[in-house]
Amino acid sequence: MFDDFFIRALVAGIGIAFVAGPLGCFVVWRRLSYFGDTLAHSALLGVTIAYSLEFNIAVSIFLISSAIALILIQLQKKTNLPSDALLGLLAHSSLAVGLVVIGFLTFIRFDIMGLLFGDILAVNKKDLVTIWVGGALILLVLRLIWKPLFASTVNYELAQAEGLNPDRAKAIFTILLAAIIAISIKLVGVLLITGMLIIPTAMARNLSDNPQKMVIFAIIGGLLSVFIGLFSSLEFNTPSGPSIIAAALVLFIFSLLKVKQTIQLKN
Amino acid sequence: MSIENNILVKLNNVGFQQNQKWLVKGVSLQVEKGKIVTLIGPNGSGKSTTAKIALGLFKNIEGQVEKFTNNIGYVPQKISIDWTLPLRVRDFMLLTDNLTEDVIDEALSLTGVINLKDKSLGNLSGGEFQRVLLARAISKKPELLVLDEPVQGVDFTGEIALYELIKEISEKLNCGILLISHDLHTVMSATDHVVCLNGHVCCSGSPKEVAKNSEYKALFGEQAAQTLSIYEHKHDHIHTNDGDIKKN
Repeated sequence: MFDDFFIRALVAGIGIAFVAGPLGCFVVWRRLSYFGDTLAHSALLGVTIAYSLEFNIAVSIFLISSAIALILIQLQKKTNLPSDALLGLLAHSSLAVGLVVIGFLTFIRFDIMGLLFGDILAVNKKDLVTIWVGGALILLVLRLIWKPLFASTVNYELAQAEGLNPDRAKAIFTILLAAIIAISIKLVGVLLITGMLIIPTAMARNLSDNPQKMVIFAIIGGLLSVFIGLFSSLEFNTPSGPSIIAAALVLFIFSLLKVKQTIQLKN
Repeated sequence: MSIENNILVKLNNVGFQQNQKWLVKGVSLQVEKGKIVTLIGPNGSGKSTTAKIALGLFKNIEGQVEKFTNNIGYVPQKISIDWTLPLRVRDFMLLTDNLTEDVIDEALSLTGVINLKDKSLGNLSGGEFQRVLLARAISKKPELLVLDEPVQGVDFTGEIALYELIKEISEKLNCGILLISHDLHTVMSATDHVVCLNGHVCCSGSPKEVAKNSEYKALFGEQAAQTLSIYEHKHDHIHTNDGDIKKN
């Protein structure tokens, strides 16, 4: 059954949507979308290192993204630059270094478009295992840190005062972000992974009045985006990443209708 | 838990500085089981900072904090809920602890906001929100409650009722309460021990003693003290801008 490339892409997309929903909610709640972008951009460097050292791609991306996250935390402590400037600095320099390294690796043929925007043909059986096992692990860890992470998202001091450990939860969450980027890069691509995290979540916000509902709607939105996106990618021969994200955008636009209704009801 | 003397938290000569300025310095106090300690003082006198030191929210403090409980309920002075996070009152009640519906209902009923249980937190008025904050803090039946201006924005009759409730809670749960208020009048009847802060401990004692104290009057004006006291003394020191204290 997994011999068909389209089925493989679909199964991969479903796995990613289940993980992206809950993680995406925290990215939006904690205002981390630029942070997600920075980690994703650094993933390209991870890919090139994996190729040149003949190393596992997902593991390499995961390590590089985690390292970039650590560097960011250090820079935030040691410089007076604002966070958005530091994020931009790290995002673009790691993307640039990644592309420069690709330029040097002339002996390997790179599908740059595939790396940046995802490739429906690129997902193999091994990737499916990585996505589903990795995804299950990510969700399990997120479940374990949910309470302190959520409480500190609402109010950091309150969470700390009442005995939860917000700093540890935050550090673990950063690692989870690096991990989802590592497992979803082949299908969605470096430039659009953050879109997969935040656009279904933004749609879900318009439809929910409580956090659990928002997580569930974000997963449903992600699943629908994957289905619509991959089928149109097959139909119109478009890259998979942009097709999925465009589908998510359409869903988001529909969700705005609901917001308009609630606002009218309030008046 | 330090059983012999019922102490829940003890601050020993603590201080905290930020950007080379002391926010508070040389504060010692302790909160015991079943007792209410009230911190009063003008704006910027370090009341919230002292409470946060007691809660262990700052690293790099001077002095020692000894905590004998981890079951703490906290009502922060300021809390803003981001609109990107949809949160109902019932979700907020479960923030740091897993409570049953009955426990949530009981706490919300005590503070008079059970009708708001399914409302979105963003749609509450200031006073309603304070009542929800208080309900959340007491719902987990804490051993130590830290309440930073818990009745701000609550109407006058509600304010008195809530202070009575706080007193009731301290008796019922036998928990210690560290209460921050800017108004000694309204907390008078509810408090056992008052600490008057202005960057350091200006004076402390029972509410009556503090009201009579010259430093209290110097801080809050004759008017504030008059209804409580007829005695007069001289303020024996002045506060400079960098937080130092000069004797006259």
